[in-house]
Amino acid sequence: MNYHQPTSFAEAAELAASASGVTRVLAGGTDVLVQMRADIVTPDTLIDIKAIDGVRDIRKESDGSWTIGAAVAGAEMSEHDDLSAAWPGVVEAMDLIGSTQVQGRATLVGNLCNASPAADSVPAMVAAGASVSITGPDGNRRAAVVDIPAAPGKITLKPGELITAVHLPPAVPGQGDAYLRFIPRTEMDIAVVGCGVWLRLEGDTVADARVALGAVAPTVLLVQACADALIGSRLDDAALGRLATAASDACSPITDKRGTIAFRTQVAGVMARRAAETAYARAKGDKA
Amino acid sequence: MSTKIHVSATVNGDAVDYLCDPRETLLDVLRDRLNLTGAKEGCGTGDCGACSITLNGRLVCSCLVLGVEAAGQEIATVEGIAAGETLHPLQQKFIDHAALQCGICTPGILVAAKALLEKNPDPSETEVRYWLAGNLCRCTGYDKIIRAVMDAAAEMREAS
Repeated sequence: MNYHQPTSFAEAAELAASASGVTRVLAGGTDVLVQMRADIVTPDTLIDIKAIDGVRDIRKESDGSWTIGAAVAGAEMSEHDDLSAAWPGVVEAMDLIGSTQVQGRATLVGNLCNASPAADSVPAMVAAGASVSITGPDGNRRAAVVDIPAAPGKITLKPGELITAVHLPPAVPGQGDAYLRFIPRTEMDIAVVGCGVWLRLEGDTVADARVALGAVAPTVLLVQACADALIGSRLDDAALGRLATAASDACSPITDKRGTIAFRTQVAGVMARRAAETAYARAKGDKA
Repeated sequence: MSTKIHVSATVNGDAVDYLCDPRETLLDVLRDRLNLTGAKEGCGTGDCGACSITLNGRLVCSCLVLGVEAAGQEIATVEGIAAGETLHPLQQKFIDHAALQCGICTPGILVAAKALLEKNPDPSETEVRYWLAGNLCRCTGYDKIIRAVMDAAAEMREAS
């Protein structure tokens, strides 16, 4: 295994493009090292991106958007008060992943690129309307987070491409976001169903919304019917009922040891309702 | 076979140098090359916390860090907690409250608890329980550990 520590993403992309065999990018390593140990993946080339300038930075841009470097650990996000105030749902989703120890290393980009259907941060990022910057042999491009997962364990990046940062849009007045998941334990478990909700209020009425579901399909789902159920409502029982139905209808889960198809389908509706209620309360100024 | 890489790092305040294979974890480097066997390998996959150390002050599982990644970094292990023969308040309280059992999980719990108290000198019991949720022990019911950490925190607050 060849270990590289490039000092720019251009150099990293060149390394990735010219490498033969299995290439992995190392930032937090909480998935890569586990795969190496289990002999699932033994990279021929390992590209450690942590020496690249700015890769550990959380930056608020002049337009109010946020740039989160590819090697920013979950704990660094949770400790960032302004980011937590602007995007509490994204931060809480990341904060649910693993233990304190894992939080010290795990990254948003790693969670995304590991491409688990049950990844916690991904539905939250999709609901937030997040995008990523990508560097590759053909230069730089931007892509929506929702377009990155292709299938369980597979992503849509081309050979030699790396994600350099995550971008969250400017938080607008009257918005709230939230992420909830169902797990059998209270800590350190994998989502049976996850749901991210973003909404924007005008007065008490939902003017805009995005709802994303995790662990109920091969990839994260951005469900327009769920958004439609919320838009124009004051989050009354009828709207929440329509939301729950739309969420359950969107599911195409599998049965595994964590949950059956029937269970996941029903719980998706429950999670969507509760996440929407939290997002609504936050939009109204509730800090919880 | 990969070529070995020369790494310089700081462990418990001391400059160290070692040669390691790029596939080697920091846990293996600490135990096998630096003879610091306080960090234990439980699961090797970041689930049990027995190999907890701090890397630049941040709590991590050393089984999820490569030895080569430690180049130029500051590492702290359980071996660095006591000041010579003087036990750290956490270590003393673990003895007072009978909070330790066989020593596989205890070093990681001490490192994790110390990291918590440095970040939050006055944690609630719930905060301690959530912070230590990544340190698994198959023997204990955790109550003695939680009491020891709370007591050590109180003593350290008084002393400061």
